[in-house]
Amino acid sequence: MADTVDTTALLAWVREFARLIEEHRDLLTELDSAIGDADHGVNLHRGMSAVVAALAEDTPDRPAELFKRTGMTLVSTVGGASGPLYGTAFLRMSAAAGDAETLDGADVAKILRAALDGVVARGKAQAGDKTMYDALAPAVAGLEEAVGNGQPLSHALGIAVRAAEQGREATIPMVARKGRASYLGERSAGHPDPGATSVTLLVVAAAAALA
Amino acid sequence: MASMKKLINDPATVVADALRGVAAAHPELRVDHDQRVVFRGDAPVRGKVGLISGGGSGHEPLHAGFVGSGMLDAACAGEIFTSPVPDQMVAATKGVDGGAGVLHIVKNYTGDVMNFEMAAEIVAADSGTEVIAVVTDDDVAVQDSLYTAGRRGVGVTVLVEKIAGAAAEEGQPLAEVAAVARKVNANGRSMGLALTSGTVPAAGRPTFDLPDGEMELGIGIHGEPGRRRVPIANAAEAAEMLVAPILADLDFSGGDGVLAFVNGMGATPLIELYVVFQEVNTLLAKAGVTIARSLVGPYITSLDMAGCSITLLKLDDELLRLWDAPVNTPALRWGA
Repeated sequence: MADTVDTTALLAWVREFARLIEEHRDLLTELDSAIGDADHGVNLHRGMSAVVAALAEDTPDRPAELFKRTGMTLVSTVGGASGPLYGTAFLRMSAAAGDAETLDGADVAKILRAALDGVVARGKAQAGDKTMYDALAPAVAGLEEAVGNGQPLSHALGIAVRAAEQGREATIPMVARKGRASYLGERSAGHPDPGATSVTLLVVAAAAALA
Repeated sequence: MASMKKLINDPATVVADALRGVAAAHPELRVDHDQRVVFRGDAPVRGKVGLISGGGSGHEPLHAGFVGSGMLDAACAGEIFTSPVPDQMVAATKGVDGGAGVLHIVKNYTGDVMNFEMAAEIVAADSGTEVIAVVTDDDVAVQDSLYTAGRRGVGVTVLVEKIAGAAAEEGQPLAEVAAVARKVNANGRSMGLALTSGTVPAAGRPTFDLPDGEMELGIGIHGEPGRRRVPIANAAEAAEMLVAPILADLDFSGGDGVLAFVNGMGATPLIELYVVFQEVNTLLAKAGVTIARSLVGPYITSLDMAGCSITLLKLDDELLRLWDAPVNTPALRWGA
């Protein structure tokens, strides 16, 4: 595949993310019941199903429009903390995509960096707080470095997936400092973070759909 | 596992069905069933600061039961124990904007805070309505530090809604109403305990396991874990376990006394709340703290959880006057 991606490919990314969320819905909810309020899988599944339905009605003609509609739909349908966090991430991707009709590797890295910045702005999370940040941040850093070194997007996204998965695994021993899990204190250690797990699926979906 | 016994039609429609009941029982209120917002019938009140709140359902009468003159102008109902979404808060804000700005009263939970923040950003982007948010965080069971999401908003939220509502009804401007709300939060502290877990209808089983003979001290209103589990105690001992950490956190002596609020979690009968209140009365007398006002009953509940919470609010002339001001809502009504 050429090293640029168009709206159709990016739409496939969003749809693949929705499919992975559906496939992992019960797992996400189970992870969330250990340290949260047992609704992460159900809430994200409801939101991504609404996104797929909204995008099926009429296909967006630019990446920015695709991400904007995805973000707005998530904000309106997910609730809890993951609605604003994922919603903000996609809205920031929309802003970062600008008027572009296609994105190259550097653009994909740029929009994911914008998504990460949005998550930080909304959730005020830092490294090691046991949140989605801990998987998304290393994925973005890995993607940026690989793209910067001239790696093709497919290869760079493979590196990002491995970084996200390592970041997700690294949340297991962490003690949560954000969200409902933080009330558990030390008892939150020993479980992977549900948000880090779901955002890893976003990176996995990108590698599957854009590579 | 015991089967769930609830007077519902379908776990998926509990919130919508209850809002239809609210609309039928309280024709003086206006219910937007699409957005799940309960409004004062006369909203927006021209020239008055609008007060909105909202949160997950399952804590009734909070928040919709406090909609009416002298308290909230609108309340947004989320799914059970899940924050409402920004669209709801935007609809509520627009619907109560009488030209004097709108106060958002937000309980400190990660989801609630983020959704209200997004709503405020959306309102700022597409209207001239001034919005100030006040976050309640009075639960002393949570260590307030960099290592937690901060203290949870619990009982003091009811008192903020009443007292700030009275300030708005008097015609005070938005900045003053917000200052009063912050003062109530700053001078109030709470702690609760659970004897049994509540059951979320969609889950169909109790949120947490609490063995016979134990109680959870410092419970949150969504069943969040407390400080510790202790053997079940009598009312006198239980009251002391709640009052002592509150008194240790803030000096309640002097001034114009306190408002003592003994709240039921949903399944504990009023007679037990009065037994607890008497113990609180004794403990505060011993500590040299005067009870100037009281509130006893289920006002911020956790579905069918058994247990109670205690909230103390340090009063001054202003807070006393605003507390005593007329209020006319489904769940609090006096002087009106």
